This record gives sequence, C-alpha cells and structure tokens, in this order.
Amino acid sequence: MNALALLSQLGGAVLAVALAPVLAGWVAQCRAWLQNRSAPPLLQPYRSLRKLFRKDAALATYASPLFRATPYVVFGTMAMAAAIIPSVTTDLPMARVADAIALVGLFATARVFMALAAMDIGTVFGSMGARREMMIGFLAEPALLMVLFNAFLMFGSTALPTVVEDILNTKGLMLQPSLAFAGVAFVMVLLAENARIPIDNPATHLEVTMIHEAMLLEYSARHLALMEWASWLKLFNYACIGFALFVPWGIALHANGPLALLFAVAWLAAKLVVAGAVLAVIETVSAKLRIFRAPEFLSMAFLLAVLGLLVHLLLQS
Amino acid sequence: MNPFFATHVPVLLGLVFAWLVLGLAGLVRSHRITWVAYTLFPLGALVAMGIAAVGFSALADGFVAEQVILPLGLPDLPFHIRLDALSGFFLLLLGSVSAGISVFAAGYFRAGEGASPGLLCLQYHTFLASMAMVILADDAYLFMVAWETMALSSYFLVTTQHRIPEIQRAGFLYLLMAHVGALALLLCFGVLQGGSWLMTFDAMRGATLSPVWAGVAFGLALFGFGAKAGLVPLHVWLPEAHPAAPSPVSAMMSGLMLKVAIYGLLRVSFDLLHGGPWWWGMLTLVLGLGTALFGAVFAAVQTDMKRLLAYSSIENIGLIAAAIGLALLSYAFDMRLLAALALTAALLHALNHALFKSLLFLATGSVLHATHERSLGKLGGLIRRMPWVATLALIGTLALAGLPPLNGFVSEWLLLQAFLSTPSIPHAFVNMIVPVGAAVVALTAALAGYVMVKFYGVIFLGQPREPSLMQAHDAGWLERVGLGWLALGCILIGVFPQVALNAIAAVTRVLVGTVIQRGPAPWWIAPVAREQASYSGLWLLLGMAGTIAVMFVLVRRMYHGRVRRTPPWNCGYPALTPRMQDTAEGFGQPIRHMFGPFFRIARELPAPDDRAPRYRIQIDDRCWHGLYLPLARAVGWLADAVSVLQRGRLAVYLMYSFLTLLVLLVFVL
Repeated sequence: MNALALLSQLGGAVLAVALAPVLAGWVAQCRAWLQNRSAPPLLQPYRSLRKLFRKDAALATYASPLFRATPYVVFGTMAMAAAIIPSVTTDLPMARVADAIALVGLFATARVFMALAAMDIGTVFGSMGARREMMIGFLAEPALLMVLFNAFLMFGSTALPTVVEDILNTKGLMLQPSLAFAGVAFVMVLLAENARIPIDNPATHLEVTMIHEAMLLEYSARHLALMEWASWLKLFNYACIGFALFVPWGIALHANGPLALLFAVAWLAAKLVVAGAVLAVIETVSAKLRIFRAPEFLSMAFLLAVLGLLVHLLLQS
Repeated sequence: MNPFFATHVPVLLGLVFAWLVLGLAGLVRSHRITWVAYTLFPLGALVAMGIAAVGFSALADGFVAEQVILPLGLPDLPFHIRLDALSGFFLLLLGSVSAGISVFAAGYFRAGEGASPGLLCLQYHTFLASMAMVILADDAYLFMVAWETMALSSYFLVTTQHRIPEIQRAGFLYLLMAHVGALALLLCFGVLQGGSWLMTFDAMRGATLSPVWAGVAFGLALFGFGAKAGLVPLHVWLPEAHPAAPSPVSAMMSGLMLKVAIYGLLRVSFDLLHGGPWWWGMLTLVLGLGTALFGAVFAAVQTDMKRLLAYSSIENIGLIAAAIGLALLSYAFDMRLLAALALTAALLHALNHALFKSLLFLATGSVLHATHERSLGKLGGLIRRMPWVATLALIGTLALAGLPPLNGFVSEWLLLQAFLSTPSIPHAFVNMIVPVGAAVVALTAALAGYVMVKFYGVIFLGQPREPSLMQAHDAGWLERVGLGWLALGCILIGVFPQVALNAIAAVTRVLVGTVIQRGPAPWWIAPVAREQASYSGLWLLLGMAGTIAVMFVLVRRMYHGRVRRTPPWNCGYPALTPRMQDTAEGFGQPIRHMFGPFFRIARELPAPDDRAPRYRIQIDDRCWHGLYLPLARAVGWLADAVSVLQRGRLAVYLMYSFLTLLVLLVFVL
C-alpha cells in the first residue's frame, strides 16, 4: 500500500460522489432529446441538490431517529460501495476489504434501511413503497449475485480488481456465451434496481405506480437531497460494476503510473456517456410494466444468469 | 484417561452439576421472585459463562481430547464423557448464548404466569444441563438419556401455561415428534455398534460397517436429528411449539436446542461414520436447500411474530444443513479444503443464528410483556415507546437479514464462497446441481431481508395499530442487559470474524483433518487466498461510519441542521389513521402471489350485500394435508383394525393365550 494507492482510492470515491449527479443529468438530458422535449441542463441535479440542502427540513412530528439517520446511512453505504468498485484503477486498498458479494450486501443494507425508514411514518404510500421495493429487491439481489458468479467461475475470484486484472493482463475478454447471458441479466437487474422503466419510473408523479419515489415521499430538504444523491450514486456504481465485468478497458492497473490514471478517468467518462445514452434509449423504447409483471421480468434475469452458469460449466466439461 | 489427569472435564461436570443445584434451589422458596429470579437466574448465567470459557479453552491449539469414565450408569455400561474440539465449540455456543438468555429470564419470569417461578427455574436449568450432557456424552446410553431429558424438560417448559388448549396441543405435537426422532436415533446407534454390542462412541468409531448399513445409519441419523432441528418435512412441531413457549424458552429452543441437533448430526456423520459416499452430501444439501426456501417463504406470510421467527429458524437450519451437505459432498471426493470451508460456514452460521435468533425471540418477549399482543396486526410504532428494545432488536434484525457488517453476513459470505469453489468437484452431475444450490441460497438470503423488514417494520415502526400500545413500557434493566449481551455478540463476530474462525479451525481440524487459510488480521478473513476473496468487517464498518460522519459534518457546516416538525405529508390526504398502514397480511401479499403453489390458501370473501363484510385468509402448510393427516388417518385405521381383537370378554382373551401357547408349542417341537 503506497501513497498513490491511497490517493487514488480516496480520489476514486470522491470522483464517484461528484460525478454521479452528472450521470443522472446526462440520462435525463438524453431522455428529453429522444422524447422531443427541451432538455434540462446537464448540471441541473447539482442545482436541485443545492436548493434542497438550503431548505429547512420538514419532519413528521413522530418521526423516529431511525428516519433521520437513514439518509446518512444510505449515502454512506453507497459511497463505501463506490470506494470498492474499480472504476478508475485496480490499485484499491479498500477493495480487499469487501469483495463483490459484500458489495451486494452493501446494496442490501441500503435497501433495508430505506424500506424501514419508509415504514417509520406509517403513511399509506410509504409502507406500500417499502413492500414493493423489498419485493423488487429480493428478486434482483440473487439475480445480481448470479451475474457476479458467472464472472467468478471464469476468473476464480470474487474480488472485482482481480477479475479486471485477469481480463486485461492475460485472458482477454473471451467471447463466451455465458457472458452474453450474464450481460443481458445484468442490464435487467440494473434497470430494476435503479428504479428505471420498465420496472419503475424515476420521473413519475403518480403515487399509485411509484416504487422508489413512494419511499421518499416523507423526506424533504437535506434528507431528501442525500437520498436522491445516494440513488444517483447507486446508478453510477451499477454502471461501474458493469464496466468492470464486461468492458474493463481503460482501467489503470497496479503497475501503471499516475499518467494512466488520467487516461482511465477519460475512458470512464467516455464509457459513462455511452452507457447513459443507451440507458435513455432503453427507457424510451420500453413501456412501464404492471407491478405484478415485475417478478416475471426479474425471474427472467435470474434464470438467464443461472443459465449462464450452467452453460459455462457445460462448455468447460 | 484417568479422571485425575483430565483438567477440563471435571470442571465442566462441576458446572453442569451447579446448574442442577441451582434448579433444585428454585424449589426451596419457589414463589419468591427475589430469590428465584434475582439470585438463581443470574447465578445460572455465571455458570454458563464458565461453561463457555471451558469450551473455548478446548478449542486452543494443542488441546488433546479428554475422556473420562464416570462411576455412574448401568452395571456394565458406565457413563463415558469426552471433550474434544467439536463438543468444545458447541459448549461455547451453549454457554455464551444461554448467559444472555438467563440474564434476560431473570427480568422476565414473574409469578402468576402458569407454573411457579421455582418450578420453571428447575425445568430451565435441567434443560440447560441436559443439553450440555448431550454434547459431552461419549456413549449411546448417556447420549440418549440426556437427549430424552432435554426433550422432556423442554416439553414441560413449552407447556408452562398448560391450561390453554392450543398450548396443550402444541406440546403434544412437540412430544410426539421428539419421540419419533428419538426412536430413529436409538435405531441409528443400534446399527452403528456394528455387531460389537459396545455402546461407546469409541467402539462405533472403530466399527467397520458395510456401505449399506452405513447408509442406513446415516439415514436414521438424518431423520432423528432432522426431526429435532426442523428439516422439512419434519418441521411441523416448530411453528407450533415456539410460539406456545414463554419467550426465553423459545429463545433456548430455537437458539440452542436446534444447534444441539446439528451437533448430533455432525458427530454421527463426520466423527462416528467418517463421512460417506457423495449421495449423503447431496441428500443433505437438497433437503437443506428445500428447508431454507420453505422456511423463508412461509416466514414472509406469517401474522404472528413468534411464528414468523419460528419459520425463520427453519430457514436458517436449512442453510446450516445445506452447508453440512456441501461439506459431506466435498469430503466424499476427498476435497478437504472445500469441506473445511463449508463446515466453517455451517458452524459459524450455527453460532450466529443462536445469537441473533435468541435476541429476537427475547425481544418479542419484551414486546409481549409490554403489550400483551403477539399478533402483528395489533402492534406498531413501538420504537417510540420502547427505544431500548427497538434499538437492540434492530441489530438482531439486520444480522438476521444477513447485512454487513454484522455476523449473519459473514456466515452467508462463507457459504457462498464454498459454493463458488465447487466446480472443482470431479463429478459432472454434482457440478451441474451445485450452482443451482448457490442460486437458492442467494434467493433465501434475499428473502430473509424481506422477512426482517416486515418483522421490524410492522412491530416497531409506523403508528400504533391499537390505542393500548401508547401505554407500552420499555424493558427492565435485566432484560436490556440480556438483549445487549446477545447484540454485542452479533456485532463482535461481524467485526472480528477471524476470531470466530480461529475457534472453528480446531473443529474442522478434528472433523475433516484440515483448516481453511487464516486471515491476515482478527478483523480480516480470507478463507482461500487473499487475491481470490477477502472480507473485513471492521474496515467496512469504519469506512461506512467515516463517510457518514464526514457527510454529517459537511452538511452541518456548509448548510445547517434546522428541522421543522409538521404533520406527515402523506401526499396531501388529510385524514391519516393507523389502519391505513400496510398490515402483516398486506406485506406478505407479494410472496403469497408469487409462491402460490407453496401454500394451501383458504379465503373467506365478503358478499356484496354483507352487513358486516369480513375478509379472512388462512394459509396452511401443505405438509399437513399431504403427509401428516393421511398418516394420522392410517394410524387410526390400523388401530381400529387391531381393536377387533379387543372384545372385552375374558373368555376371548383366554382363548388368545391358549392359541398363542399352541403356536409356540408348534414352533418349539
């Protein structure tokens, strides 16, 4: 562990936290263009964050401390997850602390806290949102794990930096059918977990169809800002997991010097631009599913990932 | 070994004896709460700590198994006692968890709730002592005596409030299943002695069984211990008996007694039978996975808080059994390291489950005392009236949901790591099955999160669903100490997992002859290799806490911390009543919808012109109607058939004797 590693560790996490709102703004912009609306500025998310942080928090009279602590916990877990994922470099001291299974655990922690906070006030929409979010979550989480298992069976490690180094150094990305299965499943999980169409609509104003937003209805001001920021960070994290597993090119390796880091940041930005545009296209061309079609969507992702595992084992033996 | 050279066993026997003495002392002034509750139970907790300490010392490097023969028992069959790493680990589990339960029980048991406190004290400590003796026994005779004592003492504890008909029924079912299981164990030991007719475990270790008889012995052990542990389809007593018992007893049964059954399974399959062919492992794995999924799905639709926890226990036992199955499977292919990894996951999960499930059962006890309500539909909002219980229960909830950085996550992580290593097994069919197993484990773990959000959210969050809940009081200080002790265990194992793994290493060395790789620090585990996978609970906790603190300070410094208290917004709907919240049934609805074929659902829907419309839904276990009721009918039919013989006339009975005599004479001559 040297100074550069520590610096890039800290820098990577700060970069993720700082860039996450831009990614959200970029996706919103692309969506608006595709839908023939005039687009909000790219930096709109920062403006709304600043507005929210300045306001006084309106808190329900009987909100418990759990309700007030949750935004910080959720933001903390997401920032921690950002520190683990090799988005810019694989030289991450913190990545040894938690592997990809722990990453899934971190996401689960955030989800459970969010659902508990939504039930705290005891409003109609809050508890309904919590129930729905947990339903999506318990289907998406194993699907994500299975996607990750695909990669691990191939590279024999659950540590994301090791996987990335393996791909970049020696093996190269083999065009394997199991990876295709995993890739499709991963995109489906990403859509579901980040409250995107076809599972949920981040821009909805109709309470009855809400999932993610329904849990945030009672939040305001700085608490709401943290929750929103955390959800953008979550999208950013998911994108980075996808990059690490499927398109790891450009990520700086252990041995590369500081210059490689700069290149890696540029690569990351380029990949994010493409990924955001693709996400906007997917969201524009698909329609939102009824809530009870969501389990079918997610069990398909789950089955695709398991199928990928089986295909890998079949081809190997 | 000569008893004078054994150092640990005499201490242990003394401590177990002390438990019995404490129990008997309860009878002296059985209605004096200050004597029974404030003196004897805390002393019992001290004894438990002693047992945990001795158990822990048996896990140290270089500990040699101690064997002692007691001058007690039958003329030809004295009691054999043996302490090795496996029994040491389970004594550590028993002692450390029961210490917390005993302190809680000191504040919990009161006069006027069923049996007198003194009698409860006797049953309680007999139960503990018998569990310790099961773990220490080294011959089938002592094992069965202790096993039966355990079953009977827990039966009396379950039926503390024996005047309630449901509790009588639950107790009877429990007793029945316990004895069916015990019969299987008796037969199992009969097979294991292998023709030598020696009932010591030493003789059984040395006996050579043909593969068929070894398979029979393993099947009987799986049945017998599975009935006690609650493997599907032998689980039916669990969701009945756990809610019927007083909460500390539920905690002991779920946290400790099920683990004693796991101990028995490990002892027989690894120690006495030395593993077996791979289908043993496959059978246990499939049973375990089925049990885990079954338990999780059923827990999600329960409306009684203790029944919910009972089903969740079934789920966790399923995960432990799956890990044991994986260990047996890889041991059959002589992959020692993988077997050690799976076994470590099983043992750690057993310890973790003992900690957090006891914690939650005790928390339901506090809720029950404060509100006199067990139904989730009549609770809610208790975090405001009972902050202590709510906070401690939150730790247990998060641990049970398998979230980092608490202990439940560590064992699930290990289990998944074990599953990930299985493609190296040299058997194509097994290779194909095992990834599906990993998928089931992942699904079960995620469902556990759903269940725990429901459990915690409906009881402690939201608004009180009944006006009487506004008068609920927080738990007393003894109860808090007991809960806090268990919560501390959950946090410590989560943050310093390598400490627990070091203790478990001694067990895997004894059972499968190897150990997993030692992590680089007490807070850092890397069971296979550091590049492959590593996890550090402490750093994860520090990282999260650091980010949270930095963010908190930044927000306060750059902006402000102003708060305005208002009525809840609720999207502008003016009237908000507690009845608008999601109910327990409502929260379970998606699961009911998705896993419909699992359940036997009876609905009662209101007609359009009903004066008092009523919607009722009852969810039953298919095992009852598919297996147990037909079985009961068959037994009844057989009994009827036999009863033809019973005419009630002396002449007929004399006739039977005469005929029997004739037949015997024919045989003899």
